[in-house]
Amino acid sequence: MFDGYTSSELMSIFAMQGFAGLSLFSVFVLMAMGLAIIFGQMGVINMAHGEFMILGAYTTYLTSGFFQSYLPGLFGGYFLIAMLLAFLVCAALGALIEWLMIRHLYHRPLDTLLATWGLSLIMQQAYRSIFGAREVGVELPDWMMGAFQVTDLVELPINGLFVMIIALSIAVGVYLLMYRSGYGKKVRAVVQNRPMAEAVGINSAGIDRATFALGCGIAGIAGAAFTMIGSTGPSSGQAYIVDTFLVVVFGGAQSLIGTIVSAFGISQAQSTMEFFLSGSMAKVLTLLVVVGILMLRPEGLMALKVRR
Amino acid sequence: MDTTDQTAGGRSFGKGLGLRKSLMTLAASVMLATSAQAATPATAEVNTTGLAVTDDTVTVGILHSITGTMALSEIGSVQAEKLAIDQINASGGVLGRQIEYVQEDGASDWPTFAEKSRKLLRQDNVAAIFGAWTSASRKAILPVIEQYNGMLYYPTFYEGLEQSPNVVYTGQEATQQILAGIDWAVENKGAKTFYLLGSDYIWPRTSNKIARKHIDKLGLKVVGEEYYPLGHTQFNSVINKIKLRKPDVIFASVVGGSNVAFYKQMKAAGVDFTDEKPLLLTISVTEDEIRGIGGENVEGIYASMKYFQSLDNPNNKEFVAAFKEAYGDDMVIGDVTQAAYLGPWLWKAAVEKAGSFDIDKIREEFAGIEFTKAPEGYVRIHENHHLWSKTRIGKAQTDGQYKVVYETEELMEPDPFPEGYQ
Repeated sequence: MFDGYTSSELMSIFAMQGFAGLSLFSVFVLMAMGLAIIFGQMGVINMAHGEFMILGAYTTYLTSGFFQSYLPGLFGGYFLIAMLLAFLVCAALGALIEWLMIRHLYHRPLDTLLATWGLSLIMQQAYRSIFGAREVGVELPDWMMGAFQVTDLVELPINGLFVMIIALSIAVGVYLLMYRSGYGKKVRAVVQNRPMAEAVGINSAGIDRATFALGCGIAGIAGAAFTMIGSTGPSSGQAYIVDTFLVVVFGGAQSLIGTIVSAFGISQAQSTMEFFLSGSMAKVLTLLVVVGILMLRPEGLMALKVRR
Repeated sequence: MDTTDQTAGGRSFGKGLGLRKSLMTLAASVMLATSAQAATPATAEVNTTGLAVTDDTVTVGILHSITGTMALSEIGSVQAEKLAIDQINASGGVLGRQIEYVQEDGASDWPTFAEKSRKLLRQDNVAAIFGAWTSASRKAILPVIEQYNGMLYYPTFYEGLEQSPNVVYTGQEATQQILAGIDWAVENKGAKTFYLLGSDYIWPRTSNKIARKHIDKLGLKVVGEEYYPLGHTQFNSVINKIKLRKPDVIFASVVGGSNVAFYKQMKAAGVDFTDEKPLLLTISVTEDEIRGIGGENVEGIYASMKYFQSLDNPNNKEFVAAFKEAYGDDMVIGDVTQAAYLGPWLWKAAVEKAGSFDIDKIREEFAGIEFTKAPEGYVRIHENHHLWSKTRIGKAQTDGQYKVVYETEELMEPDPFPEGYQ
């Protein structure tokens, strides 16, 4: 397939393909971080994760509309505020949902699956009633469109770079929060042994609520970021949920590092195969490999040793 | 949502318009009783098969998804069909009878379409069903509508390979959209190489098969053909492949949310469609889709359709004005919405030509029925139940509208089973 191309053309294409893989990797990390916290740390299967992402996207949409009408001069910077708002809105709703629904279901993990799936349907229909069934277009400031021209053939999309930076910051942020803060220590204590954690005076209900809210908030940021590369509609969240679970489960549910390793593996495999095969075939092969590895390592790539 | 009571309550007619409509019906029937008695044929004569026809009303069904994934696309069709029904009623109805409708929700779920169409035919005895959008939902309705001998008016452009005595296809079948589009790119833009890209299901695959055969016949070259799963949102790899192969034309049939991702990422990767290097020709992006994608992301792409909102003819101006008056100024009208609008009008013409609501009598009359007030200009029903219509090429503008740059001189003949293309 490479007949008739000069070596500089090939080099450029490989460079850009490498970038494509990295940008898919950062998309996966963004999608999966929130779920890794909720599913991995709390054991709650949150089927409404995609809908929380879309809530973040709609928040961005509303913020962009607000800035266009009232603060057109500051439009260039609205995106950062939109991401902050998306985090707050999603975290607040997450905390509410945890209080109303999830906390009653901690001992029935399969029921959380059904309940959150129902929640996802409710949220989708709510978006449809509020924002209409049609997808909305989120307008981006000019500086976020277009590409960096590195050489004649190599162009790096700015929004791809932006998504990468957000993914990196969030991954670092979550790492610091989970492994370098008092809160993180408490979360890990609750995950490892709830009764003992309570016995030493940790408010495990409060930790649960904060953790669920944090996961939802990160989903909101992801949703805000994805308005740059994907669609914003009532059922757009469905497109992400399968890949998200795939990344988290494959990485080993309780390991955040595992999530990142698996996001890297899956994204590189997929984008390389997409280049050599057709899109659907690449997806099939990726899934086959993942299934194969999970058969050998049911706990995922990086299983955390937990006393049960 | 007030749509729910329509589905749950079964037989509630027409939301806010209902009262006004029944008053109009009342007024009409009073007038009829005094002056025009002779003009309205007796119900026993025009309805011998037990359809829901009374002396002054006739009931039809509307069956689209107003919830679920497909609501996005199908709501425009519902709006167009209701508009047509209101306009027909205002102009005196069909055979002197006002049209009432029962609306059901297919909920983006194919078995639900089958179940609801059975309900419409068996319980409501509707005289016609305007509905379905995806091929999957049409295929679900097909056995039901054939079993109970109903008549479905199906609005979407689709892959062809079907011709049921119980369906009228008011959208284009594949060849009507594709052949003229490719010919145009070859003749006017000197295209020699093509890259076929679509979502992975029957319509893009069949369409690309036809496109590939046609390109082969012209002695030109397909340099890539690719399908991505529905809902796929990462197109960077295929964009790189397109950059490597440098086709003259990208022939795109990506649908749904993937569309938004694809065009945004093309733009971000530095592809400016206005350069036409490569030129992008789509058969799946109507004005409706552009609202979600954003006009700035698709500026300069070309679409091959039979209708664009910007068509410059008196019929269309009236239609667009009426549509905006009914549903708001910010509404956009895509190809399928217009095709859905044709359904009730073609049904009315067929009923009046047959002088009867009976399905079997209407069917005899389909071939040759014209609709001269069609927003797309003029359409005529072919004996294969599809429409003769023109193919047009539009160029997308930043405001989300297409500018028509080409239209076929003749009406294109519908050919759902194109020989040499299978």
